[in-house]
Amino acid sequence: MGVIEFFQSADVTLSQKLLEVVYLIIGLVCIYAGIRNAKDETNEKRIGTAFFWCILGILFIVGPWVPYEVDGVLVILMVIPPIAKQVGKGADRTKPTDTEAHAGYKDLGTKIFIPAFSIGVVALIFALFTKISSLVGITVGVFIGMVVLHFMRPKQNTMKVYLEDSRRMIDIVGTLIMLPTLLAILGSVFTAAGVGNVISDIVGAIIPQGNMVVGIVVYCLGMALFTMIMGNAFAAITVMTVGIGAPFVLSLGADPVIVGSLALTCGYCGTLMTPMAANFNIVPVAILEMDDEYGVIKKQIVPALIMLAFQTILMICLVAL
Amino acid sequence: MEALKLLGILIVVIGFALKWDSILTIMAAAVVTAFIAGMDPLVFLQTLGKSFVSNRNMLITVVVFLLTGTLERNGLKEAAKDVMAKVKNATAGIVLGAYGVFRVIFAAFNVSFGGVAGFVKPVVMPMAEAADEAGGHKMSRKHHEELKAMAAGMENVAWFFGQVLFVGTSGMLLVQGTMADLGYTVDLPQLAAIQIPVAVVAVVVTTIYYAICDKKLTKEDPKQLEAEAAAGVKEED
Repeated sequence: MGVIEFFQSADVTLSQKLLEVVYLIIGLVCIYAGIRNAKDETNEKRIGTAFFWCILGILFIVGPWVPYEVDGVLVILMVIPPIAKQVGKGADRTKPTDTEAHAGYKDLGTKIFIPAFSIGVVALIFALFTKISSLVGITVGVFIGMVVLHFMRPKQNTMKVYLEDSRRMIDIVGTLIMLPTLLAILGSVFTAAGVGNVISDIVGAIIPQGNMVVGIVVYCLGMALFTMIMGNAFAAITVMTVGIGAPFVLSLGADPVIVGSLALTCGYCGTLMTPMAANFNIVPVAILEMDDEYGVIKKQIVPALIMLAFQTILMICLVAL
Repeated sequence: MEALKLLGILIVVIGFALKWDSILTIMAAAVVTAFIAGMDPLVFLQTLGKSFVSNRNMLITVVVFLLTGTLERNGLKEAAKDVMAKVKNATAGIVLGAYGVFRVIFAAFNVSFGGVAGFVKPVVMPMAEAADEAGGHKMSRKHHEELKAMAAGMENVAWFFGQVLFVGTSGMLLVQGTMADLGYTVDLPQLAAIQIPVAVVAVVVTTIYYAICDKKLTKEDPKQLEAEAAAGVKEED
């Protein structure tokens, strides 16, 4: 379907149409960040940086309108600059100063929470009261927050400031922003290649099929363990759900909402216990100037194990009993 | 050999363990897995492309950036400090628990204050230290070290279990997508609702555990200080 037919078609829901508009906005913000970086002489890696953000932006906009193999080629092109270490940021000239933030605080105080909460509140309203995707709700919430914040301090909060600040946030997060998406893509490649089936064969040889309680225990522990190995629950959820969740739990009639939701947070328990999740467990050690590299993990093991047990039992109680 | 298909997982493990570039590791695992499975290159590219397009929702954060950077500029962190400062006459354990509650509530609305670097180090840690050092009590280096670990731990626990309460968080979008591929339709608000009791238990459990640890460390401080002095451990700061 072409772009024009898509937006005119009665078969496409309003939610899908609006979602494409959201993706267009994301694409434009990325391209803005790319162009700003291209012009930033203080950024030593400005060509690679601009290339990365512009391709990402283009992918967002053209994604569904070109053949998937073209998107695939663009994904591969996009990851070249980060792999070649050619994505960076320039001197952060527009970083908010303490005086600036303090002046804002003096003007607004805790009223700042009104625009801050608007994102979550509007997303929730959309999710509960409309059939429109909550991502559209998030976007509307962001815009409402921007308008509110503008009227609170019109001189300081102009469109240019919002755009520059989003560019600044993008530069701070950098290529790491792609990790969840790339892990999800890896999950799809694993599934397409049949990795889930291999795991399910291995597990099937060990545990009896048809016993939901055993299936749940293996699935929950498997999520935590596989997350510890992979360092990220996002990399684990697809493979474990296809490999264990579907054949040993869901196929027996378990509620997919409860099973899927709790499986993810069982994975998070794994994240709390692994040095592979360096940005959560090792980087803080450096930031807080601690002596023991594993100090943070050691203090997370007890809560993580308790939560893992709690969620496994909760899942059994809610779906298997 | 079917088990060879697991080689991609091994690559991820080795890559992350040896601290290779994360993006390189993921791409290498994808390419190797596709190759071993005998996937046609065109099908591989289509899988990549299709998966990117259907996972675009996970980058919704970019839209959120339009507001968050400017919130910071208008004193969001100062306002958060203001709220945290209302916790008075407490031990470090209570301060951390209060931060956990505060963090979970804001995480449910997808509002962050800068994590360990932006908020725990400059705001939570000084408050926790001041709480335990009230009345002239001296903290041992071990106590200090473990307090830092607990502050980072509370940050992680509260953020992990709090963000899943936000309707539209990337983790739950991934769950929704995975379930859709398997033929199950699941709603985001329902996925989030189940997490409410889980988040409450997570913060309560962690708070109690950290409060017990902190109390024990405070009790042991005099002895530990002597031992550290004897061993010639330098005092912090």
